[in-house]
Amino acid sequence: MSVQTATPGATEQPRTHYLNAGHTIASWLLTTDHKRIAILYMISITIAFFIGGAAAAMIRIELTSPTGVMLEHETYNKMFSMHGIVMIFLFLIPSIPAVLGNFLIPMMIGAKDLAFPRLNLLSWYLYMAGSILAVVAMITGGVDTGWTFYVPYSSVYANSNVVLVICGAFIVGFSSIATGINFIATIHKMRAPGLTWFRLPLFVWAHYATSIIIVLGTPVVAITLALVAVERLFHIGVFDPAQGGDPVLFQHLFWFYSHPAVYIMILPSMGVVSEMITCFSRRKPFGYNFIAFSSLAIAVFGFLVWGHHMFVSGQSVYLGIVFSVLSFVVAVPSAVKTFNWTATMYKGRIWFTAPMLYALGFIGLFTIGGLTGLFLAAMATDVHLHDTYFVIAHFHYIMVGGAIMGYMGGLHFWWPKMTGRMYPESWAKLAAGITFLGYNLTFFPQFIMGLQGMTRRYHYYPEEFQALNVLSSAGASILAVGYIIPLAYFLWSLWYGKKAGPNPWRAAGLEWMTDSPPITYNFEKTPIVTWEAYEYPENEEDDPLPDLDDEDQLLAVGSGEAPKR
Amino acid sequence: MPDFTLLPEQASTFAEKMDPLFYVMVLLSLFFIVLVFTLVIFFAVRYRRGSKASRRGASSHNVKLEIVWTAIPLILGLVVFFWSAKLFGYVRTVPEDAVEIFVIGKQWMWHMQHPNGVRENNELHVPAGRPIKLVMISQDVIHDLYVPAFRIHQDVLPGKYTYAWFEATKTGKYRIYCGQYCGTQHSEMTGFVYVMEPAEYQAWLASGGDKTRMTQLTMDEAGQQIYDRLQCGSCHGFAPARAPSLIDLYGTKAKLVDGRTVTVDETYIRESIVAPDLKIVEGYQAIMPSYKNQLSEDQLLQLIAFIKSLRSGMQAPIPKKEADSPAGGAR
Ligand code: HEM
Ligand SMILES: [Cu+2]
Repeated sequence: MSVQTATPGATEQPRTHYLNAGHTIASWLLTTDHKRIAILYMISITIAFFIGGAAAAMIRIELTSPTGVMLEHETYNKMFSMHGIVMIFLFLIPSIPAVLGNFLIPMMIGAKDLAFPRLNLLSWYLYMAGSILAVVAMITGGVDTGWTFYVPYSSVYANSNVVLVICGAFIVGFSSIATGINFIATIHKMRAPGLTWFRLPLFVWAHYATSIIIVLGTPVVAITLALVAVERLFHIGVFDPAQGGDPVLFQHLFWFYSHPAVYIMILPSMGVVSEMITCFSRRKPFGYNFIAFSSLAIAVFGFLVWGHHMFVSGQSVYLGIVFSVLSFVVAVPSAVKTFNWTATMYKGRIWFTAPMLYALGFIGLFTIGGLTGLFLAAMATDVHLHDTYFVIAHFHYIMVGGAIMGYMGGLHFWWPKMTGRMYPESWAKLAAGITFLGYNLTFFPQFIMGLQGMTRRYHYYPEEFQALNVLSSAGASILAVGYIIPLAYFLWSLWYGKKAGPNPWRAAGLEWMTDSPPITYNFEKTPIVTWEAYEYPENEEDDPLPDLDDEDQLLAVGSGEAPKR
Repeated sequence: MPDFTLLPEQASTFAEKMDPLFYVMVLLSLFFIVLVFTLVIFFAVRYRRGSKASRRGASSHNVKLEIVWTAIPLILGLVVFFWSAKLFGYVRTVPEDAVEIFVIGKQWMWHMQHPNGVRENNELHVPAGRPIKLVMISQDVIHDLYVPAFRIHQDVLPGKYTYAWFEATKTGKYRIYCGQYCGTQHSEMTGFVYVMEPAEYQAWLASGGDKTRMTQLTMDEAGQQIYDRLQCGSCHGFAPARAPSLIDLYGTKAKLVDGRTVTVDETYIRESIVAPDLKIVEGYQAIMPSYKNQLSEDQLLQLIAFIKSLRSGMQAPIPKKEADSPAGGAR
């Protein structure tokens, strides 16, 4: 055991860390510190989340009545388009990678920063430029194509700000690509001495797989959207059949990116959950290699199943069959991960903290989301379920139940590392419970509606669906509370939270061996890794855990300590 | 709710075949959901910190176990896949004897036409117990015909015919939705299918669909009128053939100048009328003008119906190429 930087009960010396290293606006806007850029991203995507959430609220209010409450058809269509575009392109895709990945990957691998710090800052500026353009275009004129921009509606018929929003999405795409390249280079080249590939945290594996998808997929959607803009502006026929184009080609190109994009959203979350389950079960993950390789398998197979969105689009039956069988195959690595997480808890020592509750919530909701996906991968059932609320429920279980539960859990888990402060644990548990409950109340009824035949993107709907819609809207208001409470206590904790110390969870990753908040270059001395990932003590007696409400106990472990083993 | 079922009313042969697959998948899913939830909760309680449960022999890998829980979902998945692929083959293979009805989607209505010329909007009358083939096209953006009671969903594209078929099993009134977002009034692009007893349907057809019959002509008769008005026969009808004969054309394979072979289906015939230069049949010149802006989708369907009706041996409405009259003759 090495240096103790904090003595229990002693007042701490003010230390220099990344947050107080500079106080000017310029020190933030021109920073190349991955941790500060992560914070910039966190603030930006939180704003995006609440913009997308406001649009969702409008949708849910509108759907409490079969003929709407206050909006025109056009406004309603612009609302669900804005909801989808903001939530997917501006919130979910950047969420975990650009915030938690950005902050943690260099620390987890014992590096001072990402491989290309200025590219990292550029990626945030691209994100901001694209997002502001898209949001301003959506608020001033709106866009009514849905986030899928299907042609020829988007390229010929829509009377809205399609081109500006596409430009926004195009620019944001490059911010994603910059982040992906940065992660790949960093993970390959900047690992600390002794940190072999199979000693990497699973979080890093998940981000490696995600980055591969980002780098290979995003250019395709960028070009596809650019072609829509070209067709719209210059009437050059690419997709519009009246000009000799092929609208189904658009769908192939769009889903070639957008299906793998669902893995861009879920894989990082799986990485987060792997970290939390192991830390709070106080043991090595069950089947480390299987979890790591299943991430790569998902990244590879994920590129071969895009046509399962197109079984009824008019594509060939034989093509449909190939896409269907591959979709069943790609489901297997996800199942394997779920079983491995479950097995990790077996003979563990489960510590019920708020992040662990989010991780358990993730497993439950992701299981439901994944299994319902099979109903859409099976062609015969998809013929009935395509574009109904069953699809909406399915992808919300994956993207909100999975990805956002992971993101929220990860924020709680690494909040003490990022800010040096603990959030209030009992409020956090309450919020996790409310989120889980509100979540199911919002989206479970949508499965039933969809099975009964309620079609998505419908402003008006038959009266028989009203009861379920009202239930879903009621659930959404509970869910909203589940998101607003953490916003409040996270802000509160910045001033009033207990000091966390370097390692409040007594967790085993390298990021926990440095100060909280970390110093600008992360480590005083580059660590030399001589141990496997996730080495937790065998016996409970050797593994004393702090009372999270007792600052002295939290601070009892200092910086620079390698995990016990 | 005594008669609540997860799926809506079941009113087609495909629904009868799909629903058992669906319920088997629900049971399999429930099995895995219950398994995972039970284990997670059980482990969380039993192995909570401070509990006395033994942790001896905890291991962090077990290749046999990994293989088992990779193989079981994979095998179950493939079984479901084969079953579903078989049903997909069923719902995508139109029976030979199906009655054809034509569907045009446009922002924001469904327009249907029966072979005898009867038309209707947002309503579709069909007989029970007969396979019905819908030949569908969109006039503008992509639409999608969705009838939950029949469990059918098929995109309706501009510029290309797509197909759906069903055999209704019981009389009644069932909802039609547009299943693909198509613009402002998408949610009002709905309608009803009326399934009638066959005799009742015949009576309905004969009476011109109660109200909406706009023409006394059947579809192919209407197509022939257009054919005559546009003088298609001036090229397609004569001996020194400047253009291919249209008799017996439907369903054959056409050899193109660029060496490709295409099957003569509705989409090919439509394209040959609106964009004739795209595919030139071997032995002919690209001299046919495009009729793109002169014909509505409706009229195109009628022309296609007419061309499909041209069979050798029938009393030829247009002269055959070989047995043809002196130049300039015919009609
Ligand atoms: C891209 C998404 C859509 C697809 C694929 C689609 C498909 C179709 C199709 C195939 C028709 C055929 C009608 C016919 O056979 O005559 C149709 C009609 C119609 N659609 Fe859509 N539609 C879409 C979106 C919408 C939207 C967004 C609206 C309303 C805002 C809408 C409203 C209508 C209406 C009102 C009709 C005609 C109803 C009538 O016959 O009076 N559709 N749609
Ligand atoms: Cu997908």
